[in-house]
Amino acid sequence: MPDADVDDRAEARAASGGVWEKLYEAFGRPRGPSRPEAWRSPLRGPWLTSLFGSVLLVGIPVMFITGLVSYAAYDPRLPGNDTTPTHGILGFYLFDWLTSPSWIYRVSQGIHVILGFALTPIVLAKLWSVMPKFFAWPPVRSIAMLLERLSLALLVGGVIFQFFTGIFDVEYFYFWNFSFYDAHFYGAWAFMAGFVIHVGLKFPTMRRSLRTRRLRDELRCPLSDTRPEPSDESGLVAVAPAAPTLSRRGLLGLVGATSLATIVFTAGENIGGWTRAIALLAPRGRSYGSGPTDFQINKTAAVVGVTQQKIDQWTLEIVGAKKLVLTRAQLMSLPQSTQRLPIACVEGWATEQTWTGIPLAHLASMAGIDKPRGVQVNSLQPPGGFGATYLSAEQILDPRSLLALKVNGVDLSIDHGFPARNIIPAAPGVHNTKWVNKLTFHD
Amino acid sequence: MTATPDPPGPQHPEPSRRRPAILRAVARHYGAGPLHLLALLASFAFAGYVVDRLTTVNDHVGIAIWFLVTLVAHDLALFPLYSLADRSLSLRARRHPEALPKVPWINYVRVPVAISGMLLLVSFPLVFRLDVGDYRSATGLAPNPYLGRWLLITAGLFFASAVVCGYRIGSRRRRQVPT
Repeated sequence: MPDADVDDRAEARAASGGVWEKLYEAFGRPRGPSRPEAWRSPLRGPWLTSLFGSVLLVGIPVMFITGLVSYAAYDPRLPGNDTTPTHGILGFYLFDWLTSPSWIYRVSQGIHVILGFALTPIVLAKLWSVMPKFFAWPPVRSIAMLLERLSLALLVGGVIFQFFTGIFDVEYFYFWNFSFYDAHFYGAWAFMAGFVIHVGLKFPTMRRSLRTRRLRDELRCPLSDTRPEPSDESGLVAVAPAAPTLSRRGLLGLVGATSLATIVFTAGENIGGWTRAIALLAPRGRSYGSGPTDFQINKTAAVVGVTQQKIDQWTLEIVGAKKLVLTRAQLMSLPQSTQRLPIACVEGWATEQTWTGIPLAHLASMAGIDKPRGVQVNSLQPPGGFGATYLSAEQILDPRSLLALKVNGVDLSIDHGFPARNIIPAAPGVHNTKWVNKLTFHD
Repeated sequence: MTATPDPPGPQHPEPSRRRPAILRAVARHYGAGPLHLLALLASFAFAGYVVDRLTTVNDHVGIAIWFLVTLVAHDLALFPLYSLADRSLSLRARRHPEALPKVPWINYVRVPVAISGMLLLVSFPLVFRLDVGDYRSATGLAPNPYLGRWLLITAGLFFASAVVCGYRIGSRRRRQVPT
């Protein structure tokens, strides 16, 4: 993985009179894992590495694109919505988030998170397959190789950093002080700087190596016929391989089964239905019960400081061309609409419920605004941590966007946003603000 | 996505004879073709821009440190750990081959260990309740079932592996008995 192409190395070595070699003479002979003989696995080789690489060549761009989509879904160009407001050119692609289809964020973010679990074993297998290069001695034989190794720090540091921040975030393991959004956003771009260059430099090698064996043949090859890949200049094939204890198909099966296991035990938190019951290791795979308000809660009322006293004093303020103050009883007497819509969280889980309430467009026109440009949503929850959000014109005008008062035919529970909450098709979960107490429409 | 630089390897067996003098000079002092250099410099400049943007956020030093820590944590901790574990297992097998069954039993250990270990790697904050109250405040539930669930899955994996391994050993013996 980390070196420039072989011929260039030879050329540089011959031309520079072995300057690099002289540099290393001072260190003596390589020891420990820097000795080529220390690497014994008969399965390591350019074909195997390229096979793992080709899976990641598809998987990593999907992760990156669904990540960008999720950032766009927060509509960061609207006032107060941006979690990384100093992103500069890195937000060049942003677009107004959609409301249709209503499941788009659920699917896109579900892929992002569940694929993240599923690719973890592939990333580790790929790293395992190239580890001799990490310890290879001498580490650098030319300026080209030095630069390439530096860019590998972006690649390898980036991939592990992204996976670990992502996985720990969905499991509420915040041992860091930084904002997850900052870390995962800038980490992604730094990783991409390493990833694109790595693909560019190694794509020809990958294609060439994949042609040296056929996957179909490998899947038929038992342990007794498993031989190392022919030794070459890649530095991946063991110079003194041990006898195989696992066939190549066995290794592929093990990595595949491990990846599959992570999907089986987590994907149900997004898919829902009976699959939630087997999502045994998903943070949001658990059941709350069988009642109409027994579904996934994101942040309880207690933890965001929404008390019974505040709820008792609650009224809804609607500001536009004119200002209205409404009680819950008055809201109940307005025309109601019922919609089946998901809450889909950035953490990858989702839950679809049947909501009843007043279309936001109706509330806008009650405030004297027929062509709203946006609405500032405030809540009993303090503004930090998505207590306040800004919704776009498209989101207000979609007839399915509701200020919901009921769910599944009963009043909202306090943890689900009683007295009133927003539910917006295709919006990320935290934009479905709970305990809404003020809507300020702008035209 | 794949701004493929001209692969300077096998396609150009004797590059120094065919390339112009300036390219040969680059290759001599640099060690690869000029496209390699340009692409890497572009990548570093872009990464520099990302770092410059990063410095605008709180605790960017913490982010940068963790970026490097994760790299070292894998290469110098996780990888050596699982490699040593696997090697000690296979060395034992080679040292006492006569005491062990003649099926590739080592994989009946490796497979459940690998799957169970990977599941732990991606869920240990839940399993060991490292969320310091954040799980409860986010979900309204206590994070109590995950350790038990992971242990049960692990038990299931080892049990299934033991059943298959036992069947393989048994069928080998049955095949050997008539002879």
